[in-house]
Amino acid sequence: MENLVQTAMQNVNFAAIMPSLVLACFSMALLLINAFSRRGATAHVAGISLLALAVTGFSALSAWNNTQVGFSGHVVLDNFAVFFTFVFLISAALTVLMSDSYLKREGYPIGEFYSLILFSTVGAMIMASGTDLMTIFLGLEVLSVSLYVLAGFFRGQKKSNEAGLKYFLLGAFSTGFLLYGMALIYGVTGTTNLVDISSHFALTPQSATNPVAIAGMLLMATGFLFKIAIAPFHMWAPDVYEGSPTPITAFMSAGPKAAAFAAFMRIFLVSLTSMQATWEMAFWVLAVLTMIAGNFLALNQQNLKRMLAYSSIAHAGYAMVGLVAANAIGVSGVLYYMLAYGFMNIGAFAVLILIGKKGEENLTLDGIRGFGYKRPLLGVLLTICLFSLMGIPPSAGFSGKFYIFAGALNAGFVWLAILGVLNSAVSLYYYLRVMVAMYFKDPQEDFEWIKLTPGATICVVISVIAVLYMGILPSGIMSLARQALL
Amino acid sequence: MSEHLLSLMTFFPILGMLIVLMLPKNNGGLLKGATLVVTLITFVISLPLALDPVFKTSGAMHYKEFTEWINVGGYFQMNYNVGIDGISLWLVMLTTFIMPIAVLSTWQAVTKNVKGYMALLLLLETAMLGAFIALDLFLFYIFWELMLIPMYFMIGIWGGANRIYAAVKFFIYTAVGSLLMLVAIIYIYYAAINSGMDISGFSIADFYNLSLDPALQKWLFLAFAFSFAIKVPMFPVHTWLPDAHTEAPTAGSVILAAVMLKMGTYGYVRFAMPLFPEALACYLPYLAGLAVIGIVYGALVAMMQKDVKKLVAYSSVSHLGFVMLGIFALNTIGMSGAVLQMINHGISTGALFLIVGFIYERRHTRLISEFGGLSKQMPVFAVIFMIVTLSSIGLPATNGFVGEFMILLGAFQSELRWFAVVATSGVILAAVYMLWMFQRVMFGKLDNPKNQNLKDLSIRELCVVAPLLLFIFWIGVYPNTFLEKMNPAVNQLIEQVTGEKPQVVIPVAPAAVHGHAAQHDEVSTHGQHH
Repeated sequence: MENLVQTAMQNVNFAAIMPSLVLACFSMALLLINAFSRRGATAHVAGISLLALAVTGFSALSAWNNTQVGFSGHVVLDNFAVFFTFVFLISAALTVLMSDSYLKREGYPIGEFYSLILFSTVGAMIMASGTDLMTIFLGLEVLSVSLYVLAGFFRGQKKSNEAGLKYFLLGAFSTGFLLYGMALIYGVTGTTNLVDISSHFALTPQSATNPVAIAGMLLMATGFLFKIAIAPFHMWAPDVYEGSPTPITAFMSAGPKAAAFAAFMRIFLVSLTSMQATWEMAFWVLAVLTMIAGNFLALNQQNLKRMLAYSSIAHAGYAMVGLVAANAIGVSGVLYYMLAYGFMNIGAFAVLILIGKKGEENLTLDGIRGFGYKRPLLGVLLTICLFSLMGIPPSAGFSGKFYIFAGALNAGFVWLAILGVLNSAVSLYYYLRVMVAMYFKDPQEDFEWIKLTPGATICVVISVIAVLYMGILPSGIMSLARQALL
Repeated sequence: MSEHLLSLMTFFPILGMLIVLMLPKNNGGLLKGATLVVTLITFVISLPLALDPVFKTSGAMHYKEFTEWINVGGYFQMNYNVGIDGISLWLVMLTTFIMPIAVLSTWQAVTKNVKGYMALLLLLETAMLGAFIALDLFLFYIFWELMLIPMYFMIGIWGGANRIYAAVKFFIYTAVGSLLMLVAIIYIYYAAINSGMDISGFSIADFYNLSLDPALQKWLFLAFAFSFAIKVPMFPVHTWLPDAHTEAPTAGSVILAAVMLKMGTYGYVRFAMPLFPEALACYLPYLAGLAVIGIVYGALVAMMQKDVKKLVAYSSVSHLGFVMLGIFALNTIGMSGAVLQMINHGISTGALFLIVGFIYERRHTRLISEFGGLSKQMPVFAVIFMIVTLSSIGLPATNGFVGEFMILLGAFQSELRWFAVVATSGVILAAVYMLWMFQRVMFGKLDNPKNQNLKDLSIRELCVVAPLLLFIFWIGVYPNTFLEKMNPAVNQLIEQVTGEKPQVVIPVAPAAVHGHAAQHDEVSTHGQHH
C-alpha cells in the first residue's frame, strides 16, 4: 500500500503543472486581496496580475527542452505546451494592461475581473498541456466558465448580458458535443489517454473505420470548432465579441482561441492521426468556408468591434489551413500565427479602447473619421496593426501567413493556399476601409478627449514592436515554433 | 564601401525618413528641404554605379551582397541577396534621379501634412530601390508589397476628388496579383527543394537552373505574369491606372509613371521570363497580342479624353504596350529598346505629369476645354511642353524615337512581325492625340479670361524639368551611353530565355539605326507623323 502511494506520488511530478499551479495560487490570492481592498480600487490588482503572469512565465521557462510528464501521463509540459503557455500569458498580460482604464471608464472597476482572466489563463494552460481527454476537458471548463462570466461582466449593459448568456448557452451546448465525442472514443478504445488512443488505433486499424469512432471524432471536432468559431459553428461569435467588454473580446480571440487550437491539435495530430484521411477533407472544406464567411461578412460592418470579430473568424480559418496541412511546417506555422495574431489583434483592440468613449458608441467607421490626424502616432500604430492583419510585409501577420501557406503548399494543398490568399485579398477591403475613415475623410469628430492612459498605451506599443519584430526578424520565434512541435 | 553601395543607397532614404519624422511638423520648407537633400544624397550615392565600366563587358550581377536573413532550419531560408546588372542599373538610376525631381515638384503643391508626405516619399524610394536590386524572390516580394503602402496613402490623402476610390482600387488590384505570385513563389521553392537541388534561400540564380515540368511551369508563369501584368499595366487589367494616375498628386503620378510601372515590365524581364522560358514560349503570342491591343486601345482612349492628366495616363498604357512588345521580341535590339523605352517613358511621361501639375497648380483644372492659346502667355512653358510632347511621340533626336524604333525593329525581326505592323499604328495615334491635345491647350485664341494672367514657369519649375530635358536629348542623340551598358545583360537574358546566343549585336548609334531602318518597310509609316 505504501508502495502504491509512493509510486503515485512519484508519478505526480508537480513540475509538470508548476506554471498553472503558480498562476492558480495567484488568482486565488487575488480574490482574497480583492475582498480586503477598497471598492473601486483596481490598479494594484492589475499590477499583481501582471506580476503573477510574469512569475508564471519564469516557472514555465524551465520546462523548455526539458519535458515534464506528470500525473501518470495526464499532463505533459513539453515545448508545445510551453509555447502555448507563453501565447496565453502574453495575451493575458496585454489584456490586463489595457483593462484598468477601460473598467473605470465604463463604470465597473471590479477587481474580480483580473482574477477571472487569470483563472481562464490557467484553464488555457491546462488545455495546452493536457494529454488526456479528461485533463483537456477540465482545462476547457475552467477556461470557459471564467469566460462566460467575463463576457457578461457588465451586468448593467444589455449587450454584455446578451453576450454572456449566448456564450454560456452555446458553449454549454458545444461542451455537450465534445463530451459525447470523448465518451464514444473512450468506448471504442477503452482509454482517454491521447497516446494510448493513438496506439490503439495503430494496433487495430479496423477500429479507425468503426462508425462509432468516426462519430466520436466528428463530435469532438464539432465541440472544438464551436470554441474556435469555425464556420458553420461561428454564429455566436460576432454577438459575443461585440457585446463583451472590449478587453475580453481581444482576449477571447487570442488566448482562449489558441487554447482550443492547442488541444485540438494535440487530439487530432497525436490521437487521431489514423483517421487523418477522414478529417483532413472535412477540415479542408471548413477552413475555406470559415475564411469566406469571416471575410465576406466583415466587408460591410460599420461597427469596428464587430468587424474585428468577423475578421477573427477569418483568421481562425487561416490557422485551420495549417492544421489541414498537418505537416511540420504547417503546424509550427499555426503556433507562430497564434502568437502573431495575439499581438496584432490585441494591439488593434487596445487602440479602440483608447479612442472609445463611454459605451463605445463612437467605435464605428463614421465615428473615427479623421482620427489619424488628431492623434497621428496612435493612428500609425493602428495602421501597422491593420496592415499586419491584412498580411502585408514586413509584419507578423505576413510572416505568419507565409509560414502557414508554405506548410499547405509543402503538403500539396495548392488550392487551399490559393483560396487562402484570395481570401486575404478580400480582407484588404475592410481593413482598408478603416484607414480610409482614419485618414482619407475629413475630421469631423473632436478627438481632443482622447486621453492616452498608460496601460493601454504600453499595450499598443508593445504589440506594435512585436508585430514589427516578428515581421522583420522572424527567424527567432519561427525557430521556437519549430522546436515546439508535437 | 563599394561592397555595400547598394544597401547604402537603398536604405539611406529610410534613414532620412527617420530624420524627417523628427523635424517639427509645421515647418514645411524645412521638411521639403531635408527630403530633397536626402534624395539628392541618394542620387549621389548611386552615381558610381552608372559610371562603372564593368557593365559594358559583363552581363552578370555586380555589387552583390549576401547575408542570411531568415533561417528556420529545414523549413525555409531567405537571404538578403542583392545585386544589379545592366538592366536594373538603369532602373535604379532612373529611380534615384526621379526622386529629387518629384520632391521639388511638391514645393507648392503640397501644403497639408507635409511631414507625412515626405516620409512616405522616402519610404517609397527605399521600397522601389529594394525591389530593383533584390535577387531573392522573397526579398523582392517584401519590397514589392511595401511599395503599395506609401502610394496608397499618397493617393488617398493628397489625391483629387475621387481619391478614395482610386486608392482602394490601386491597392486591391495590385495586391490580388501579388498574392497569387506569393503562392507561386513558395511553390517554386519547395519544387526546387523536392527536386534535390541545393538552393540558398529564394535565390533566383538557383531557380533559373531549375527545370520544372512544362505543365507546372505554365501555371507558375501565369501567376507571375498576371501579377506583373497588373502592374505594367497590360490590357485588360489596366483599369486601375487611369484612376490612380488621375487622382494622385503630381509627385505621386510622376513616381507611379516613371518608376512603379516599370516594376511590372522589370518583373517580366527579371523573373517571369527567365524562370519559365518554356511557358513563355507557349504564351508569347497571346501576351504580345495583349501588348498590341494595349498600344492601340490606350492610344484610342487617350484621344478621346477631356482631362489632360487622364490623357497622359492612357498614353502610358499605350507606351507600356510598346515596352512589352519589345521584351517579347526576344532579340537584342527589341529587348534593349524595351529597356531603354522604360527609361524613356519614365523621363517623358514623368515630365508630362510635371507639366500637367504646373498648369493644374495655376488653374486648378485639367480640362482641355478650359485652356487654349497658352503659348502666348507662357512662351517658355510652351517650348518645354513642345519638347516633351515630341519626345513622347517619338520624334527623331529625342529619346522616344530611339526606344520605339528599336522596339519595332526588334519586333519586325522576330516572329512578331505582324504584331509590329499593328503596333506601328500606335506611333501614329500617339502623334494624333498628343499633338491634338497640345494644339487645343497651347494654340488658338487666348479667350478664357482666367488664362490671361497666367505666369510663366518659375526658376524652381524650370529646375524641375530641365534635367529631364537634358536626358530627352542625350538619349535621343547618343543612346550608346545607355545601350552599351545594358547590352551584355540583355544578351545574357535572351540566352537564358531562348537557350541560344543572340546572333547579331546591332550597333545602335542613331545613324546606324537609320541605316537599318531603310531596309524595312515600316520606315514610311514611321515617318508619316514627323
